[in-house]
Order: sequence, then C-alpha cells, then structure tokens
Amino acid sequence: MSDTLFRVAALNTRYAAVIDADMLEEWPAFFLPDCLYKVTTAENLRKGYQAGVIYADSRGMLEDRVAALRRANIYERQTYRHIIGMPSVLADGPDGISAESPFLVVRTMRTGEMSLFAAGQYRDVIHTGADGTSRFAERVVVCDSPRFDTLLAIPL
Amino acid sequence: MDNGHANALARDWPAGISQVPFWVYQDPEVLREEQRRIFAGPVWHFLCLDVDIPALGDFRTSFIGDMPVIVVRGEGDRINAFENRCAHRGALIAFEDAGNVKDFTCVYHAWRYDLEGNLCSIAFQRGVNGKGGMPADFRMAEHGPRKLRVETIGGLVFGTVDPAAPSLEEFLSPPIAAKIRRVFNRKLEVIGRFTQVLPNNWKMYAENIRDTYHASLLHLFFTTFKITRFDQAGGVTISPDGAHHASATISKGIQTQSVYKDQGLRSDSDVFRLRDDSFLETEAEFGDDIQLQNVALFPTLMLQQLYNSVAVRQTVPRGVDSMDLHWTFIGFADDTPEMRRRRLRQMNLAGPAGYVSMEDGCIGNFVQRGAAAAAAEISVIEMGGRDAVSQDTRATEASVRGFWKNYRRLMEL
Repeated sequence: MSDTLFRVAALNTRYAAVIDADMLEEWPAFFLPDCLYKVTTAENLRKGYQAGVIYADSRGMLEDRVAALRRANIYERQTYRHIIGMPSVLADGPDGISAESPFLVVRTMRTGEMSLFAAGQYRDVIHTGADGTSRFAERVVVCDSPRFDTLLAIPL
Repeated sequence: MDNGHANALARDWPAGISQVPFWVYQDPEVLREEQRRIFAGPVWHFLCLDVDIPALGDFRTSFIGDMPVIVVRGEGDRINAFENRCAHRGALIAFEDAGNVKDFTCVYHAWRYDLEGNLCSIAFQRGVNGKGGMPADFRMAEHGPRKLRVETIGGLVFGTVDPAAPSLEEFLSPPIAAKIRRVFNRKLEVIGRFTQVLPNNWKMYAENIRDTYHASLLHLFFTTFKITRFDQAGGVTISPDGAHHASATISKGIQTQSVYKDQGLRSDSDVFRLRDDSFLETEAEFGDDIQLQNVALFPTLMLQQLYNSVAVRQTVPRGVDSMDLHWTFIGFADDTPEMRRRRLRQMNLAGPAGYVSMEDGCIGNFVQRGAAAAAAEISVIEMGGRDAVSQDTRATEASVRGFWKNYRRLMEL
C-alpha cells in the first residue's frame, strides 16, 4: 500500500507542477484517452447531480480546452498554486487505484491580488500502464463551495 | 431627465434610452432605490423551479434582490411564497437552501408559521405561571412576513410582492411567453447548480445578456475553431415595454470537423481544429431550427438554450459592484441516456468555465474598473439605432436599450 500511496502522491505532485507552471499542453497526458475529468461541487455530488462546470470524457476534449484557453478565451492573466494533501488510497486492484486527495488552490491575479480560489477533494481512478506510467481514468474535482469567483479558466 | 417627479436620485441622464451614465452602476443610493422600485415593484421575479418543490411541505429559499424569500408547496398543491423574515425580530425563518417541513418555526423565539406564511403560534404567548406573555390585544393575524403573489410558466415559479403588478403572462408579453414555452415544454430535471460571483453591478450582466452585438466579437471560440453553422439567420424579439428579450440563431445544424472530413471539403492543415468536437453534435428537440435561444426577463432572469444545453441563470445583486449568478442546468425527465450525456458535454459551452460564456465573467468587471472615475460620463448604446424594437439582425443593441427603457420608467429616472 505504501508504494501505491507514493505513486498517487507523486502523480499529484507532477500534475500540480504542470498546471502551476503554465505547462498546460502537458496536462491532457495525465489522462487516458478514454477518461472523465469533471469539476463539480460537494453539493451537486450530494444531490446526485451529474453536471460539471467542466465535463470532459475524452483526452481530446482536454486538449481542446487547452487550445481554447490559449487561442480563443479571454481572461485576465492569473496563476494557480495547488497544495495537494496526502492521498487516501481506497482501493488498489485490477480496476486500478481508487484514491482521494484534498487540495487548496490559491489564485494570483496579474495585479498581485491573491485569493483562496478553491478547496476540495480529488476523487480519482488511476491506471498504471505496462510502461509503469500512471494516468487518470477519472479525476472528479469536488469543490467544497458552490461559488466560483469570476470565472474558471485554468483547470483545477 | 426632467420628468416632473421629485426624485432624490434625479441627476444628469440624457433623454432617451441610448445613453447611460456610469453613476447608475456605482451609486449605493441607486441600489437601495432599485430594491424599492424594481425588486419590490410591479415586477415578477423568478423564485425556483416547480420540480424543486414537488411534495407538500417542500420548500426552497431564494432572493428577490436583497429580500430573502421562502417558496413552499402548500395545501391543495398550491405554491406559496413569503418573505423569509420573522414578524417578531426579523430573523430568517428558514436558513437552509431547501427542505421539507410541516410548518416553519423561527429558531430565535419559536414563532411558528404555516405553509402560507401565516403566524400561527407564539411561544409563551400567555406567559409562564401567569407571568409575562404578550399583551391581551395582540393579534397574530396582524403580524407576519410579506406574502407574494405566485404564478408559474413552463415549470418556472415567479413571485411579486406588488399587488399592482399585472398577471405574469401580461408582464412577459405573449411573444416572450411563447419563447419560454418553446423550450420549457415538458417536465424538467435539475442536473447541476453552480454559483458564479461576478465583480460587477448586476445591470451590466442584464445588459450583457441582451447585447447580441458582442457575441461574435468577445467570444471567439466558434470563430477560432472554424465551427461553421449553415444558413445562419436570426434576430431579437423585444417585448413592447422593452423589458424582455429573446434572441435566436437559426440554422440547419453545426458543421463540425467530422463533416468537413467526411465530405473532403478542405484540408485541416491551415486552420485550428478541435480534436473532439463530437460534443457539439446536436439533436433538434424543440421542433424547429433554432440552435441558440437566449431569453432575458426583466430584471434578473436568463433562460438559455445553447443547442441541447438548457440553463436558468438568476442574478442576485450583492452591492453596487458585485453579484451572484446562480446557474441551474436543466435536463428533461424524458431524456435518453444519450441525450443526457449530450447535455453534460455541452455544459462546457456555458457556465463559469464555458467556452462561449467565460468572458462574460470578467467583462463587466473591466467596465466597472474602466469607468471607476467616470460617474458623470456616458456610455453609448446606439448600434442598430436609438429605439428598442424587434429586429431581424443580431448586430444591434436594441435589447439593451429596451432594458433601459423599462428601467427608467420604473425608477422614474
């Protein structure tokens, strides 16, 4: 189990580093071609509502999101700093690793204004390929608050 | 505008509806007056969905401007709404978003209300051991939170505190009511709720949704990825009083990348393409070729149909320079699994992270900041003329002028 814990923690660390360093082009590769990436809230989950403010069920959709952020969408320059806590490994079997990790994201705007932009939990299903690379089959980002300040451009 | 009214807010505003001074977005006094004349005025306000409160005693809490409101399913399947304010000391009667109750008891001193908002018992009304208690001439019937009139259309519940308001149908006008019924035509199901906090005056969002001029200029998603729609036509429908707006984009469907590929129409090398544009594949479900329809109801409700993505957006002002935008994403009870998945995937288009709505989250704040020192300066809204009538083009600001036409009438400004 400790090996699995380390594997998930290392994946989280690389994931955060890529987003926080604005290397978004590398972000889709953290997912399998058939995957689910969804940003939702604890309340939606509690109510059984399926929707997400971002809902991608293919890696292509994640690549498109990055392309849209780079080429089409307009928003003020900003960066994130992810702080991802120690994962809980719920299961590790033939269906992959099931894990949950708490996160905080601090957003720093162009102006220098900083705010606690999001807090919540990643709920993940992780598969490890023959080459030893771990990828998300599923990453559901469950935000504690139903409120999103201004807009959500950069992925969580 | 010299209209003969002694209005405490009377200050410089050119006559007409095509120019708007910036003080109207900045002055706390304006916001207070809006609460009185618009939110508590002869105007219908969205409260919740009919399906939010299906059973006897089901309630939701909402807001009409600053006023907290309880909406509850009462006896006889009647929907009741009243101010969420205890008649005693003014505490919230209900402080959850939703729930089910037999009656409402204020937690402060246990004053109890029935499902119509009538005060029906008071703790220790006759005192304890013959001491204390309310005066003998205290009449419960004379005390209670303000009650709202309630009406529904298409499963949307509206309320007004003003007995002088016309019927909901008359308020909406028949052409706008028809646009609502076009989409909200069968049993709804909520598929998600999100709140977006916008750092701008609430009226900027009311204008933005009516501003069909900006759509292809600010929101570059469709043009960037060369997502072409065949036979584009459309226009704006405006209610006679200017208050409400419906825009429509009519086409035979979307030309996605796969269509280009299938038909061998052009090379993919010269333009940016989406990797997976299958989420844009749309099924006509409203019996016509309207792909996009946005309805904006005065003052703070928006009803969106973006292909198969349906949403209700409600604005709640939070001060002169902040507002909450409550998104409720909608499916229908008769959705097939394929249709439901399509709606979930098309949610990427609109919402706090929407491909074609993300910019609306920050653009109002750019105006708020840009005009910070320009209270007496004027914003110009003259694309497509200076009046507010329906047009068969979307390159117009007619609906924005319509908003101001109704606003100035109600505010007597």
